[in-house]
Amino acid sequence: MNARYRPLMATTLIFIVAYALCVSQYPGMWSTRVLGNFLTDNAFLGVAAVGATFVIISGGIDLSVGAVIGLTGVVTAILITRLGLHPLVVFPLVLALAALFGAVMGAVIHFLRVPPFIVTLAGMFLARGLASVLTQDSIPIDHEFYRTVSSLYIKLPGGGRLSAIGLTMLAVFAIFGLVAHKTRFGSYVYAIGGNPVSAALMGVPTGRTTVAIYALSSFLGGLSGIIYSLYTSAGYPLAAVGIELDSIAAVVIGGTLLTGGYGFIFGTLIGVMLQGLVQTFIVFDGTLSSWWTKIAIGFLLFMFILLQNLVFNRQNGPAHLRKGPA
Amino acid sequence: MTNDQRAVLQATGITKTFGSHAALKNVDIAFQAGEVHALLGENGAGKSTLIKILTGAYSLDQGTIRLDGEEVSFATPLQAQALGIGTVYQEVNLLPNMTVMDNLYIGRQPRRFGLVDRKRMEREARAVLSGYGLDIDVRADLSTFSVAVQQIVAIARAVALSGKVLILDEPTASLDAAEVEKLFDIVRRLKARGLAIVFITHFLDQVFALSDRVTVLRNGQLIGTRAISDINRTEVVKMMLGKDLALHHGEILAEESEVGETLVSLRDYGLKGRVEPINLDIHRGEVIGVAGLLGSGRTEMARLLFGIDTADSGRIAVDGRDATIRSPRDAVALGFGFCPEDRKLDGIFGDLSVRENIVMAMQARLGWFRALTRDEQMEIAGNYIEALDIRTASAELPVKLLSGGNQQKVILARWLATDPRFLILDEPTRGIDVGAHAEIVRVISRLREDGLALVVISSELDEVVSYSSRVVVMRDRAIAAELHGADINVARIVETIASHHAEAEQ
Ligand SMILES: Nc1ncnc2c1ncn2[C@@H]1O[C@H](COP(=O)(O)OP(=O)(O)OP(=O)(O)O)[C@@H](O)[C@H]1O
Ligand SMILES: [Mg+2]
Repeated sequence: MNARYRPLMATTLIFIVAYALCVSQYPGMWSTRVLGNFLTDNAFLGVAAVGATFVIISGGIDLSVGAVIGLTGVVTAILITRLGLHPLVVFPLVLALAALFGAVMGAVIHFLRVPPFIVTLAGMFLARGLASVLTQDSIPIDHEFYRTVSSLYIKLPGGGRLSAIGLTMLAVFAIFGLVAHKTRFGSYVYAIGGNPVSAALMGVPTGRTTVAIYALSSFLGGLSGIIYSLYTSAGYPLAAVGIELDSIAAVVIGGTLLTGGYGFIFGTLIGVMLQGLVQTFIVFDGTLSSWWTKIAIGFLLFMFILLQNLVFNRQNGPAHLRKGPA
Repeated sequence: MTNDQRAVLQATGITKTFGSHAALKNVDIAFQAGEVHALLGENGAGKSTLIKILTGAYSLDQGTIRLDGEEVSFATPLQAQALGIGTVYQEVNLLPNMTVMDNLYIGRQPRRFGLVDRKRMEREARAVLSGYGLDIDVRADLSTFSVAVQQIVAIARAVALSGKVLILDEPTASLDAAEVEKLFDIVRRLKARGLAIVFITHFLDQVFALSDRVTVLRNGQLIGTRAISDINRTEVVKMMLGKDLALHHGEILAEESEVGETLVSLRDYGLKGRVEPINLDIHRGEVIGVAGLLGSGRTEMARLLFGIDTADSGRIAVDGRDATIRSPRDAVALGFGFCPEDRKLDGIFGDLSVRENIVMAMQARLGWFRALTRDEQMEIAGNYIEALDIRTASAELPVKLLSGGNQQKVILARWLATDPRFLILDEPTRGIDVGAHAEIVRVISRLREDGLALVVISSELDEVVSYSSRVVVMRDRAIAAELHGADINVARIVETIASHHAEAEQ
């Protein structure tokens, strides 16, 4: 089997084992109710993490996602409550703005050759700052449409509810899994992550692709911001602080190589679910501080980086140590 | 220059300057349909730069490019590809993290309903590669295959893209004779189909075997274009170097009695499955040439000697004392040096300067606490740049900006700088121009006179003959024969390699 699938298999296996352990301790966790909440509670993280997956596969990083979530939430809230626009008008607008924001970052990264870390760090300060200038407080969104959407769900067998936002996240994973693995654009993302110079010489449109990758990441950040505003029925400038790091953790736990070139969208879903699982376990337990989530994630992350090292160094690492005929 | 009516791709007045260094000065060149056009010149002459300009990988400072008589300006390689110019650049320019079929088809994958049709891609990739005699799993990552296979994939990709022009920049550097023959067959077929084929190489035999016309560059200037029938080898070399080449071939080396005491001695030294147990004594002041076909275990033996692979049988003694070599670090500590075959993968730190690349191994040997001062580094680097004639604008230039052949000289300089007692060179002249070839042969002889022990692996038999005190012929991962004195000549070596083959087939 191709070695590239190994981290993905490992993540999936760990998730199944971890879930089984949780269930053996709290049988209540084996229910569609828990599963449904799982998806709803982590929808905004999942959507942002899909964008992060693209960025990381291309060998980049996007630190601005959390701030974009905050900014979109605030702008959405202001447009709906202060200007009285309908959410269905507001959503496309903020999504387009978010994508534009990312496209500019991508252009700076590619054409001015500034490292993504710096550019998106600047983007993070900009977006967060702008959100805080617009408002210091949480702006509640009290709109008919919001109430309807929040109460929409699909009934799952066993009494669980798959909410509209949970469903949105699943759809995002499905669509962008297809984009990553089944389109030319997707292959360009991997190519740039593998070796940007070779990619350019092979005729991959590296500029256009880089711009599109960061636009996509911010677009999904915007979508995540909308989901967050639906989830909390408010827009708050300090929403989702640090989410960019959680999503990077989910991506890496999901088997994507932090240095680019290898990874799977589906793995990221598992990575997000694993984080959700730890949280749910802690809620069920009731005695543990929620900070234990961070400790568990830190531990998982560490384990995966070790694992990837093993797999990828064996596979294509120091080439001069590879076996081969003279 | 007037318009060449038959030219598919024509460039006039091409000028390119990097910083203050003029890489190309007012170069005119035209490639015609149905010809194989060899582009020759020393390392750093500007061949690869010209190719990159013609295909949109670099922008040009001055000049015009015409494709089918129409003026074009490519901003990216993609545009050149779209117009039917397929290129294999000198650097390994593929994507190791992607599958073989992705590498073949990226940018033009077959699609169904907007999605990449991997099934069809796999089928087509298989068919394409079988035309090159390659039957491999096209779904496996490219990085799992040897450099030769990767090179063939790169060529197959370029051929598929080349509707009008196919450009091959040193495509044969890591191919064996059979693979080269296959490539030539394909090139001849494409030529018959009316493509213009541009071929860069340092193997003059191949130039004369394949091409119709040659163009020579020297120091970024056009020296001239000639029909192959109007010119001979000596004249080509003279055009390239601007002077006659003093060949050192033919002299038979001193008798073995003159060599010094034993430096390295191997007894049943081997590694199961890689190298059969070897018995060999290597003396100071001796060059052991290693000949043999590709895959005969030559490189494996070198890797074993240098501790990249660890032996699982036998003993090695250095200076009469038993030694253990479990890593290159151990080998370096014993005063060994190793210049590997695939310098692209194994040795260049592209972003570091020429100076840093040269002093690196030496510094590693001295350890952290005896750092070389900058002045010392400059002096060492300067000496080797001069001694090996490394063409670089300055010692501070990042190595990746040097031409391919000059990068190789930098690696050689790195190991020479460690002042080794025992030096292993694997194909030291590959990718290096004829002038520098002679230079490296001279360096090897000089090192031998200085009392070094050397093991030199090479497929260039006349070179092996010119510097070896002894020749070891390898076959099936074992030493098959050892040639001495008057037996050291090309005919005898070829015969030895071949006779063993005949034996093996019986
Ligand atoms: N990007 C760059 N920046 C600065 N100098 C460069 C750059 N690319 C090439 N050069 C310089 O231009 C000159 C020509 O290099 P080029 O790679 O074209 O040589 P070449 O003829 O292909 O040699 P080789 O046979 O060694 O491959 C060299 O002196 C090289 O150092
Ligand atoms: Mg070159």
